[in-house]
Amino acid sequence: MSDWVEACRVGEIDEEDVMRFDHAGRTFAIYRSPDDDYFATDGLCTHEKVHLADGLVMDDIIECPKHNGRFNYKTGAARGAPVCVNLKTYPVKVEAGAVMIQIG
Amino acid sequence: MRAGMVIVGAGECGGRAALALRELGFDRPVTLVGDEPHLPYERPPLSKEAMTGEAPAIKAIASDELLAERSIRHIHSVQVVAIDRATHEVRLSDGSSLPYEKLLLATGSTPRRLPMPGLGARCVYLRTFNDALAIRAHLRAGNRVAIIGGGFIGLELAAAARKFAADVTVIEAQPRILMRGVPAEIAAIIHQAHEAEGVRVLTGQGIATIADDGAEVRITLADAREVVADLAVIGIGAVPVTALAAEAGLTIDNGIAVDAGLRTSDPDIFAAGDCCSFPLAVYGGRRVRLEAWRNAQEQGALAARNMLGAGEAHIAVPWFWSDQYGLTLQIAGLSDEGRSVVRRDLGDGAFILFHLAEDGRLVAASGIGPGNAVARDIRLAEMLIAKRATPDREALGSQAFKLKSLLAA
Repeated sequence: MSDWVEACRVGEIDEEDVMRFDHAGRTFAIYRSPDDDYFATDGLCTHEKVHLADGLVMDDIIECPKHNGRFNYKTGAARGAPVCVNLKTYPVKVEAGAVMIQIG
Repeated sequence: MRAGMVIVGAGECGGRAALALRELGFDRPVTLVGDEPHLPYERPPLSKEAMTGEAPAIKAIASDELLAERSIRHIHSVQVVAIDRATHEVRLSDGSSLPYEKLLLATGSTPRRLPMPGLGARCVYLRTFNDALAIRAHLRAGNRVAIIGGGFIGLELAAAARKFAADVTVIEAQPRILMRGVPAEIAAIIHQAHEAEGVRVLTGQGIATIADDGAEVRITLADAREVVADLAVIGIGAVPVTALAAEAGLTIDNGIAVDAGLRTSDPDIFAAGDCCSFPLAVYGGRRVRLEAWRNAQEQGALAARNMLGAGEAHIAVPWFWSDQYGLTLQIAGLSDEGRSVVRRDLGDGAFILFHLAEDGRLVAASGIGPGNAVARDIRLAEMLIAKRATPDREALGSQAFKLKSLLAA
């Protein structure tokens, strides 16, 4: 499967920030890193299914708005209590001003 | 038997400490002793999801498999009855003993008892999962639930009970709900939300008498009004569990007194979480005791590091949240340190109050709003508080101004 969908336009997300993207009944979080790369993960925290897009991005970390669970949004790796399950990540490419993610 | 680390109390704090000891590479025995029959579990859901979810279940911090894989011995349903500091042993209620190199007391807190005659089987408290199950059994349409105490546990429980269409009355002796630690402006919004959802909130009402005949509870208020309920839940605060420490001769000061590194007056015994009072660095060493989930988690992990000799000080800013209906409240820092307030509106009725000290230092932030509307800015405020920042009042008050940019300053 190689389902590429447009998540947002380039520049719609501030640097070092995150945006929620819903598609076909699923929810994702799209990130723009401080060095201006784009990344995508599942939208919900693995601890209690909270939307990560309400959380804070600091460098390459997204912090859950509810209980401060931390993940590296580039790799999906859980970074300490209370989260212990990694976050699923998705390939991202920028094409003609669009941020595309491969939701597969 | 080789001595190792013994942790008394298998809640959030004790559970996190045990896992942290293994993550740090400690390879001698780690024993976690708890008086409940369950695995270490998260308590915050007990007044929230565990009450309203389909099938209530504990949210375990570690499964049996994980504990086995990490060689953490979990002794459950047993109490530690004595500490022998001279021989470095603890005695358990089943008659056995455990030797320790270092001991962590994570004994938590217990609901403050209502010092009145007349309480019976229908007057209950909420602390454990089993308490939660017992309360839940009474939550159904039309059943009358009286909640004594307008604090967080009582109010979250009131919200949960309304989901079952129970008939709910909250009785608070103070002039308003959430007197301790929550600004009046925010408490008023929570008060209104409860009334809008059909909860009767009676403030400024002391209780004259309680009569529980086993079938119903008859509560007579100071003004002679009567509240009759099928169940009364008492939520008037918590007290630290310190008897074990006190009997062992450790210093007690509104909790088991520890230093910034969570060490008690005995260098081989640490205490962490709800049961301990500690100096809070961010407020110049003011001694506090916190009853909060994140504090339990962080201090459990810090105690583990210091039991292994790290010598680190606890420097975190207190942080707390509550969910009621669709509203979430978050508070970073202790608002009573503040002398003036700046309000920041975030839209959708969400707002944050920034509490500033006399010298302009940001000392706390209290926010409320739908969903997680205040989460980001409260988190940024927490970092500013930790940095002892003196942010510009106008910047704090304007939504157009990004708090994140203050951090770099």
